[in-house]
Amino acid sequence: MAVASINMPHAKRSALEMKRVTLSTIGWVACGLALMLVIGPLLDIVWVIASRGISVFSIGLFTTVTNGTGGGLANAISGTLILSAGALLIAVPIGVGAGIYLSEYGNNKIANTIRFLSDVLTGTPSIVLGYFSYIVFVTGLGWQFSTLAGSITLAILIVPYLARISELALRQVPVSMREAAFALGANDPVVVFKVVLPGALSGVITGVLLALAISVGETAPLIYTAGWSNYMWNGQLTHSPIGYLTYVIWSFINQPSDESHALAFAAAFIVMLVVLCINIGVRLTVRRTKFV
Amino acid sequence: MKLKPFRLSVLGLSLLIPAALGAVVLFLAIYAAPAVSFNGFGFVSRITWDLGNLYGDPVSVRGVQVPPGASYGILVFIVGTLLSSFIAILIAVPLSVGAAIFLAESVPAKIRPILSLLVELVAVVPSVVFGLWGIAVLIPLMAGYIGPGLSHLLGFIPFFAGGDTGSGYGLLTTSIVLALMITPIIATTLLDALMQVPKENRESAFALGATHFEVVSKAMLPMVRTTLIGGIVLALGRALGETMAVLMVSGGAINIMPQNIYSPVSTIASFIVSQLDSAEQDPTNMAVQSLAEIALVLFIITLAVNAGAKLLSSGVLNGRSKH
Repeated sequence: MAVASINMPHAKRSALEMKRVTLSTIGWVACGLALMLVIGPLLDIVWVIASRGISVFSIGLFTTVTNGTGGGLANAISGTLILSAGALLIAVPIGVGAGIYLSEYGNNKIANTIRFLSDVLTGTPSIVLGYFSYIVFVTGLGWQFSTLAGSITLAILIVPYLARISELALRQVPVSMREAAFALGANDPVVVFKVVLPGALSGVITGVLLALAISVGETAPLIYTAGWSNYMWNGQLTHSPIGYLTYVIWSFINQPSDESHALAFAAAFIVMLVVLCINIGVRLTVRRTKFV
Repeated sequence: MKLKPFRLSVLGLSLLIPAALGAVVLFLAIYAAPAVSFNGFGFVSRITWDLGNLYGDPVSVRGVQVPPGASYGILVFIVGTLLSSFIAILIAVPLSVGAAIFLAESVPAKIRPILSLLVELVAVVPSVVFGLWGIAVLIPLMAGYIGPGLSHLLGFIPFFAGGDTGSGYGLLTTSIVLALMITPIIATTLLDALMQVPKENRESAFALGATHFEVVSKAMLPMVRTTLIGGIVLALGRALGETMAVLMVSGGAINIMPQNIYSPVSTIASFIVSQLDSAEQDPTNMAVQSLAEIALVLFIITLAVNAGAKLLSSGVLNGRSKH
């Protein structure tokens, strides 16, 4: 295209030129096709799961529990919320604390090592973490499949993300604000909690939301730690398994009846809705405020 | 030196992260130790995974109790993991390079954010949702059209020839799903790099009379080669550890090597999940310990790959100096 516009209007193209222009056109078409092949499946996933998931929505879906082949999702929805809330309760203080250290005192070798090992933890397959929790908490400490084992596993999974995003958010706060607070006689904790953290709050919340999205969508580590239950959570942290949405997707699609399949799609729709809403929301806000 | 309680407490919190990683490695290693001594090096080269006779009296082999006839070999799963990830990379690289080029150079700046947001969103779709889509949409497509079609068209290539192209659950389906999951990683890495190519380089190429596509392919792509390779290796690390989607569409092969691209396969990660129930039946616990050894192998493989990605993206191996 570019060549055509640069050339003299009436200049005749040589054979070589024609070949180059043709090849370029083919190249652009191929690139456009590639982009369609990347985005197309996403749109199809959203379409298929939304259309098949919404069609079975009813009040009963949210009020009844699963039975062997069908039923509602009340136990799975509440279980996912409990597991994720537990994971956030454990991971947020650690992750934000680590973020504070890495951003406020993080220009040394210890901090670099922590960053590196945190990246290694991020890259560790979730099933490896799940199996670790299985041998340590489920069998080793004898908790059996339980809420606490599941939440701790999810917490290990999300804490590196929280630390990284908190660090980035805290670093965005201008140094001059810290200096101003120090000049007024504030000490380290006051500067961090009254000046830096409030200034970076939106970024920290972004990190918490993304961590929530990850833990809602996780499956593999929970199979080995949370187990599965057809009943509502009984309030026990250990010695009692708990249901969660992603398990429904995985196991009910492999059952023969249409009722089970419908339930799997409904669960997938809820999970996808939460994950996509959080991610779209975060990305739109981040883009608008040019933050992070 | 003055004691700084606040600084020490946040340091303590941040040290919990390396501590968690250390605990994972340590406990897996301790737990897998009996399995390591029982299985020896044959663990990674044997094909047969057989829990043995779980109801027979355990026998003592090299000082550890195992069920009679037990043999733990994971070559099938290692091959399944490497092969499915490798084919996924082969599919994903052209797709993501094409998509990134199109986004960077050909899309109006106004709609670029929307399209690149869509590409990023592919990466956040949970693995199990990909698996569900694979079962509902891709598998019927593979079994009915793509599998037989490929076998018909490319049957002269050994790996593509299959008299029976199977149920759709298998290596190629697994690789396609993995490819979809990792394209955003490569595409966004490359897109960021392409956007940062200095304007001078693009303009000089234009000034030499290159077509727009030649500018991209001959002047810009070579500049971001190292970043691209780093992105590919990072994506490989993700593909190797992917569990649920693979478990749902791979067909789950045990004790048999893949014969062609339609064969059922198991990856290390999907195998660990699928074995939970049967391994728990083992009274000697050797099966669970061997699974811990597998998890350790998977950890080491992904660690090596991710370390490679880090080296590449940090520019240590980059001969060119960055501006």
